[in-house]
Amino acid sequence: MSSQEIAIEPKLNYLNCDYSIKSWLLTTDHKRIAWLYMMAITFFFTVGGIAATLMRLNLLEPQGLLVEPETYNKLFSIHGIIMVFFFLVPSIPAVMGNFLLPMMLGARDVAFPKLNLLSWYIFMTGGSLVLYTVIAGGVDTGWTFYTPLSTLYLNTHVMAAAGGVFIAGFSSILTGLNFVVTIHKMRAPGLTWFRLPLFVWAMYAASIIFIIGTPVIAISLFLIVVERIFHVGIFDPSLGGDPILFQHLFWFYSHPAVYVMILPSMGVISELITAFSRKRIFGYHFVAFSSVAIAAIGFLVWGHHMFISGQSVYAGLVFSALSMAVAIPSAVKVFNWTATLYKGSISYEAPMLYALGFIGLFTIGGLTGLYLATTGLDQHVHDTYFVIAHFHYIMVGGAVMGYLGGIHYWWPKMTGRLYPDGWARVAAIIVFVGFNLTFFPQFILGYLGMPRRYAVYPPEFHTLNVISTAGASILGLGYVIPLIYLAWSLRYGPIAGPNPWKATGLEWTTSSPPPTHNFEETPIVTEEPYRYDRLAEEIHVA
Amino acid sequence: MWIFLATEIMFFGGLFTGYTVYRNLYTTAFETGSHLLNARIGALNTAILIASSLTMALAVHSAQTGKRAKLIFFIISTMCLGAAFLLIKFFFEWTHDYAEGFVPGLHFTYAGPHASHVALFMCFYFIMTGVHALHMVAGEGVLTVLLIMAWRGRFNQERYNAIEMMGLYWHFVDIVWIFLFPLLYLLGARF
Amino acid sequence: MPHAFPLFPQEASTIAPAVDHLFYFLTAVSIFFASLIFLLIFYFAVKYRRRSKDEPAPKNQVINNIPLEVTWTVIPMILVAIMYLWGAEIFVRNAQPPPNALEIFVIGKQWMWHIEHNNGKREINALHIPAGVPVKLTMTSQDVIHDFSVPAFRMKMDVVPDRYTTEWFEATQPGKYRLFCDQYCGMGHALMRGWVYVMTPQDYQRWLTSGVTGQTMAEQGAALYNQLGCVTCHGTGKGPPFAGLYGRTVKLSDGTTVVANDAYIRESILDPSAQIVNGYPAIMPTFKGQVSEEQILQLTAYIKSLASTKSNTGAP
Repeated sequence: MSSQEIAIEPKLNYLNCDYSIKSWLLTTDHKRIAWLYMMAITFFFTVGGIAATLMRLNLLEPQGLLVEPETYNKLFSIHGIIMVFFFLVPSIPAVMGNFLLPMMLGARDVAFPKLNLLSWYIFMTGGSLVLYTVIAGGVDTGWTFYTPLSTLYLNTHVMAAAGGVFIAGFSSILTGLNFVVTIHKMRAPGLTWFRLPLFVWAMYAASIIFIIGTPVIAISLFLIVVERIFHVGIFDPSLGGDPILFQHLFWFYSHPAVYVMILPSMGVISELITAFSRKRIFGYHFVAFSSVAIAAIGFLVWGHHMFISGQSVYAGLVFSALSMAVAIPSAVKVFNWTATLYKGSISYEAPMLYALGFIGLFTIGGLTGLYLATTGLDQHVHDTYFVIAHFHYIMVGGAVMGYLGGIHYWWPKMTGRLYPDGWARVAAIIVFVGFNLTFFPQFILGYLGMPRRYAVYPPEFHTLNVISTAGASILGLGYVIPLIYLAWSLRYGPIAGPNPWKATGLEWTTSSPPPTHNFEETPIVTEEPYRYDRLAEEIHVA
Repeated sequence: MWIFLATEIMFFGGLFTGYTVYRNLYTTAFETGSHLLNARIGALNTAILIASSLTMALAVHSAQTGKRAKLIFFIISTMCLGAAFLLIKFFFEWTHDYAEGFVPGLHFTYAGPHASHVALFMCFYFIMTGVHALHMVAGEGVLTVLLIMAWRGRFNQERYNAIEMMGLYWHFVDIVWIFLFPLLYLLGARF
Repeated sequence: MPHAFPLFPQEASTIAPAVDHLFYFLTAVSIFFASLIFLLIFYFAVKYRRRSKDEPAPKNQVINNIPLEVTWTVIPMILVAIMYLWGAEIFVRNAQPPPNALEIFVIGKQWMWHIEHNNGKREINALHIPAGVPVKLTMTSQDVIHDFSVPAFRMKMDVVPDRYTTEWFEATQPGKYRLFCDQYCGMGHALMRGWVYVMTPQDYQRWLTSGVTGQTMAEQGAALYNQLGCVTCHGTGKGPPFAGLYGRTVKLSDGTTVVANDAYIRESILDPSAQIVNGYPAIMPTFKGQVSEEQILQLTAYIKSLASTKSNTGAP
């Protein structure tokens, strides 16, 4: 991992060119905007994590250890809203996508840098509104805002929460727009579509979802606000409205949203697996097209959240079939990543541990999705802890592991510093162990019948809940440790040099941290990505 | 801009979906509601908006050929026609609807059969035309900026991308109205 | 059972074993593939570990194998197709209650379950049913969406305001099984639970008839039929008669036909002008706000009880 030559931190880079607050808050540099997002989502992750901590502590006792049911309902609502909309959806796209996309394309910045900054401000506005919701007393609709509960029967801060998410949605739309145009228009000479790193393919697929899907949830939340203010009957059955219409509109976005959360993470994994086994990806085209297929089919499966909502049996059968279809490309990716390891030269730095952990946990998460897509089985486990376990395996075991792996991998590029890998590996293992201990028991709880969103529960579920909470405390520890050593590394970490991992990819051909304009000269690309087989010499400082 | 318009299609799409569902469920009530609207004014507004699309296209053409005076003229025409549309909508239609008691949530006094379903129709009418009008107001704002830039001579044969983009946006807003008009105003045979 | 660490709820309905077998199949497939991936990763990670810091990247890398790609696409497709069909069969079975099912009525409201049996017996947060008899629940909500879930029966269904949803099951053994509300419904969601008591048919009969001094649902419906004035039209020919109506196909004024089921009757009471029976004037007033969900069910029970006693003379 250490370079043969002595690494020198470059004199002028995007970080030290200007230290003023104004230069940060008015920056149009995609790399600085990535940091702005990273600070923001780390904060939101903490808030959402505190909510989760309180929830799991409460569930230590069947009667509820800590809080009243009313408060518990607010906790799970805010946990969901913040984690989904203010951590998972932006995480990899807004942090790593923003930082890396132009660099991987050999460009100076994204297509619309000022729009990029505006996206961040819109995001923060939405986030502030949601924080206001928390401080002002919370919201207890669940992150799903089902009607008529949210429109007619709750007097918590529903409109503020819905408004916050509505506003933040525009941040996603603009980011997606920016990325699509950047990928189409700003590739370096020689960088054809099939020479793009798979991370870029993943960003592209996610951006399509941002663009097409987000407006629908915007209108769904907008209609909720209209109904609350004007008391009209869009979703009110007594006035002719249809509460299930809301579910269709909501899930039309929110299902593709989960692919927005996982596709970028899959893109990161493709980068990590290749770098740390020093191999070209197995089945590049299959992985690339799988990303697009997942995005496309993902728009057609929303009804699998509604098998027992009163939706017709025929609709259920159609959605079930399509849901099975969307599982296949994900499986193809897992097999291709595993095959990439074959005859590789594998090392176990922290990013690789996260990547390998991802493959294992995502496999379990994906397989358990099949249980839910199977109508006859879903009728038993719908809205139970089985669902919670499934999506946390994908979201945390998948998306968050990918995020952490990516942060560790590109940290030297972003900061010019190396972090202590020993600690990082320990943290990765703690996260893996803590995660499984937290969420595997929940599969069992779910099949036993424990419903979700229950502040109190019958005593026969006690033991498994205690195990789950114990795991959560370990998981939490695993998240705190990186905060410490990463912050430490900013000051005391060894200088990284341009390519500490000896990886391929345009981002590694420039200095760490890069100059504001990324490349001294526009690179010209002549080969496919991940050509580790041709990588014989040292990478020199640009 | 095309991508942005795609997002707009999805946004309005959600509203159209909801509308379609309810129109299917409550066909009679929706027809009744539609008859309560003034189709003549709606038709006038449609004509005005189509004309404004024409002036906008002419503005784009003027920019492409570097005719500053014509560009300014056509931007102003588009703005005036758009303003006329909004004026008619807000100050004629909506005030009239309010006076007649057709506004759910604020002042709804319609007491015929299926009143609640007619209210639902009116709900969609106000939301859909309101969101549409919001987009037009935003468009007027951007046109103002473009007018100032044109006045200052910022556009010529080589640099007119912004005008072209605005043309796309304006045409889109027009097309949305062309869908809205028959769906809201022309339900049930009336001629 | 008290000594075992439970991984499964009891199998207490006729569909439960089928669901569990499907679960075993999925679990077997999942364990197979998860183990395969875990073992392969572990094996490759160890066998191909980098042995020295400066070990060069492998040359002649294998990066494509179309037959392999096809295999690991097609095999999963076959497996998920099996899962789909198996699950669909169960799901469709769950959607088709046997025609002789015992009907019981459920009204969910924040935050309790009201249950009423045909003979008028009511319960709250409890459902007594006989074993070995298919039971069909007809359910509606008075406020928000709830869900009537019985894990031991492997069955649940959302309970939605302003419409009826149904679920059916046939309990196989007497016992006491948990009942949960399984759709978040506000503050008391976690407390909206109770028990399903499955009894032998004799015990059930005894329970059903004990302590019932009031009228059956149909009798209460008959009383309402008179009290609310329905008889003034429907008993005099001004409105369609109810004899033999339930379950029959009705011709509407716009030419379409509809089956006179629970939902049709409910809509006719609350929104009569939505569907007018052919040959009758549209003069029925709405009873919205004047009848509760429970009363609507009682009226429906009354109409159901009116078998056709004489031939219908020209009535639609």
